[in-house]
Amino acid sequence: MTHLLALDVGWGTTLAIKTIIILALVPAGALILGYTFLLKMMSHMQSRLGPMDPGGFHGWFQLIGDGIKFIQKEDVMPDGADKRVFAMAPVVILMSTFLIFVVIPAGPRIVVKNLDVGVFYALAVSSLSVIGVLMAGWASSNKFALLGALRAAAQLIAYELPLLLAVVGVVIQAGTMSLQGIVVAQQNGSIFGWSGIGNPYFFTQIIGFALFMVAAQAELTQTPFDMPVAESELVAGYMVEYTGFRFLFFYIGEVGTAFAFAALAATLFLGGWAIPGVHGAVADLLGPIVLFVKLMFVAFLFFWVRFTYPRLREDQLQALAWKVLIPLGLANILITGIFKVAF
Amino acid sequence: MSSTDNPPMPEIQLEPGALRHLAEAQVNVELDTGDMILNLGPQHPATHGTLRLVVRLDGERVVSADPVIGYMHRGYEKLAEYRTYPQITTLVNRIDWLSSFANEVPFVDAAERLMCVEAPPRAQYIRTVLTELSRISTFYLFLGEMALQVGALTPAFYGFRDREYVLNLIEGATGGRFHPNFNRIGGLKDDLPWGWISETREVMKKMLDGCDEFEDLVAGNEIFQARTRSIGIVPGELGAAYGMSGSNLRASGVDWDLRRDGRPYLVYPELDFKVWTHPDGDSYARYWVRLQETRESCRMVLQLLDQMPSGPITAKVPRIIKVPAGEVWTEVENPLGQMGYYVVSKGATGPFRVKIRSASFSNVSIMPWLLRGVYVPDVITILASLYFILGDIDR
Repeated sequence: MTHLLALDVGWGTTLAIKTIIILALVPAGALILGYTFLLKMMSHMQSRLGPMDPGGFHGWFQLIGDGIKFIQKEDVMPDGADKRVFAMAPVVILMSTFLIFVVIPAGPRIVVKNLDVGVFYALAVSSLSVIGVLMAGWASSNKFALLGALRAAAQLIAYELPLLLAVVGVVIQAGTMSLQGIVVAQQNGSIFGWSGIGNPYFFTQIIGFALFMVAAQAELTQTPFDMPVAESELVAGYMVEYTGFRFLFFYIGEVGTAFAFAALAATLFLGGWAIPGVHGAVADLLGPIVLFVKLMFVAFLFFWVRFTYPRLREDQLQALAWKVLIPLGLANILITGIFKVAF
Repeated sequence: MSSTDNPPMPEIQLEPGALRHLAEAQVNVELDTGDMILNLGPQHPATHGTLRLVVRLDGERVVSADPVIGYMHRGYEKLAEYRTYPQITTLVNRIDWLSSFANEVPFVDAAERLMCVEAPPRAQYIRTVLTELSRISTFYLFLGEMALQVGALTPAFYGFRDREYVLNLIEGATGGRFHPNFNRIGGLKDDLPWGWISETREVMKKMLDGCDEFEDLVAGNEIFQARTRSIGIVPGELGAAYGMSGSNLRASGVDWDLRRDGRPYLVYPELDFKVWTHPDGDSYARYWVRLQETRESCRMVLQLLDQMPSGPITAKVPRIIKVPAGEVWTEVENPLGQMGYYVVSKGATGPFRVKIRSASFSNVSIMPWLLRGVYVPDVITILASLYFILGDIDR
C-alpha cells in the first residue's frame, strides 16, 4: 500500500490506516451481504418483495435505517444478568470477526499482516466467537439463552475439526500456511501443464471445499446448523436478551463473519485475489475486486443453503460430523499427501 | 411382604441451618445437576398463540411436559346461551379461526335438524365446496408452518402465499376472508358470484401444483425426514383412547373419517374420495397425510364444481327463528379433526345449552405422554405436527 502510493510514511500511520480499513471493512461487508442476500435474495427466493422504498432504489437504505433504529433503542439489561460479562459478550464476538480480516490478502501488497501461519491464525481467531456466545448465554440469566449457548459450545468441536481438516489439504498442496503464499501458489500453478487460470484448489481439493463450506455453515450458525439460534425453538438463542446496539453488534458479527469466511474460502480454494499473468501494481488495484467477486459467489452458496434447508438436531450434527465429515477430511488429507509425494 | 423388610425410616429432626453447613463442609461434592424447568410459552413462536408448556428438562431431554391451557378461554359455550341461533354462527366462527366456515356448518346443521328444515341441494353443494376450501387453506398453512418449525423459513412463505388464493376465493364468495359468517339456518346468505366457479377451478390446479412443490421441497427433504421420521410416534389405539381424531389419528393408521364413516352430512355421500392413512404414526406421517388430504380436497372441490346443481339457496324458514324443544348431537370432520355440537333447545330463539366438542383439545391431550423423553427440538416439531389452533383448544 505504502509503495503503491509512493509515500514514505511511518509505521504508526500505516498501522492507523490499516486499523481504519479493517474497522470499516466489517460493517461494510455486513451491509453488503445483508442487503444482497439477507434482504434481496432471500425475499426473491421466498417470493416476497422485501423492503423496496427506503432510499429510492430497491430499498438500499433499509439496513442503514435498521442500524439507526437499533442505536435509538433502549439498552435493556436483565436484572439477574452478570452485567460486565453481558456487556462484553458482543464485543468478543465482533472482535473475532475483525481479527480474521488481519490475514486475508486482497492483493500482492494489500494485506494487513502476512503471517507465516495465516491459515492457522484465521481459524483460531474465528473460534473465539464461541467464547462470546457462551458469555452471552451465561450472562443473560435466561434459560433459552443458556440452552443456545450450550448448544453452541457442544457443536463447536463437531465443525471445528472438519474445518481444520479441510484446510490441511490446501496447506499440504500449497506447502505453506501463509494465505499470501497459498494465493501465489494457486496463481503460479497449472492444471496438467495448462496454466491459463493457474490452479485454483477448488478443482483438486473439491472434497476439502465441500467440507469447508459445510463446516463454515455451522461456524456461522446458519441453517441447517443454526441450533444455537433456532428461532422456532429457542426464540433467538443466546441473543434473546440483547437489545439495541448490543444486538446490532451480534448482527454485524454474524453477517461480518459470513463475509470473512467467504473471503477465506475464496482465498483458499478459488485463488483469492490472483489473476493469472497479472502482477505488481495492477494486481494491487484489481485484486480487491477479483476477491470481492469470488467472495460474493461463496457467500451466495452460504445463503442459498441457509434459505433452503431445515434445521438439523444437535445429535444429528454430531453424527454427521463424526461419521461423515471427519473421515472424509482424513481421507482427503491422505489422498492429498499421496499425490503430493507421487507428483 | 412383611413389614420387617422395610423398617420405617427414623425421623431425623434437623435445625434449619444444619444441612447448609453440611453441604459447605463437603469439598468433593458432585455438582448438582438437577432438572431445569423451561417455560415454553404462553408467548413462544412455536405455540401458535397462547399455549403454555411447562417442560422439565434433563439437559435437552424432556423429563416431563405439562401443557397449561386456558389463556384464550372466551366462554363461547356460555355466551351461546345468551344469543339467538343466527347470532351464534358469528361466535363459532372464531373457535378454529383458520377454518371458520367449517365450524359454522355443524352448528347450523344441528339447528336445521332440530327444526326439521333441510337446505336446498345447491346450498349443500356450496357449503361443501366452502368447507373443503377452508380445509385447503388450513392445511396449506400447516404445510408451510411445519417446515418453519423444523427450521426452514422459505416454505412458510410459500404456504402463506398460496393460501391467499384460497382466502380470496372464500372472500369472493362470502365477503369475509377469515370469518365468513355465510351460513343461514336453512341455507346460505347469497349465491356464488359470477365467474367464481371457473376461477376456483384455476386456483385448485394451482393448489395441486403447490402440493407437488411441498412434496419436493419439504416432505422429500432429507433433513426434514431425519427430523420427523420416527419422532413422536402415536400408536393408533392410544391415540383413539386419548380422543384424537382427524388427520392426526389417520396418520397412526386408523382408517376413520367422519365424512365417510359418520352420519351423512352435506353432499359427502355423493362424492368419490379416498381417505388417506399412514401406518407410521410419527410426525412425518402426520405431515404426509395432511399433504395427501390437501390434494384430495382439491380434487373434491373440482368434482363438486362439476356436479353443482342449480336452484334456490335458501329453504323456507320463518323470519324469527324459534327452534323446537329437543336435543341433538352433530359431529363433522373438521380440518383439525372431529368437531361436534350438542345443542339443547327449550323452544326459544336461542339454545338452552351448547356443548362444543373441538378437535384440538383432545389432540393435544396426548402431549404429556408423547413428549416424555424427546429432545427440545423435537418438542417443537411434534407440537407443529399435531397442528392445533389455540382457539380450538380453549374456546
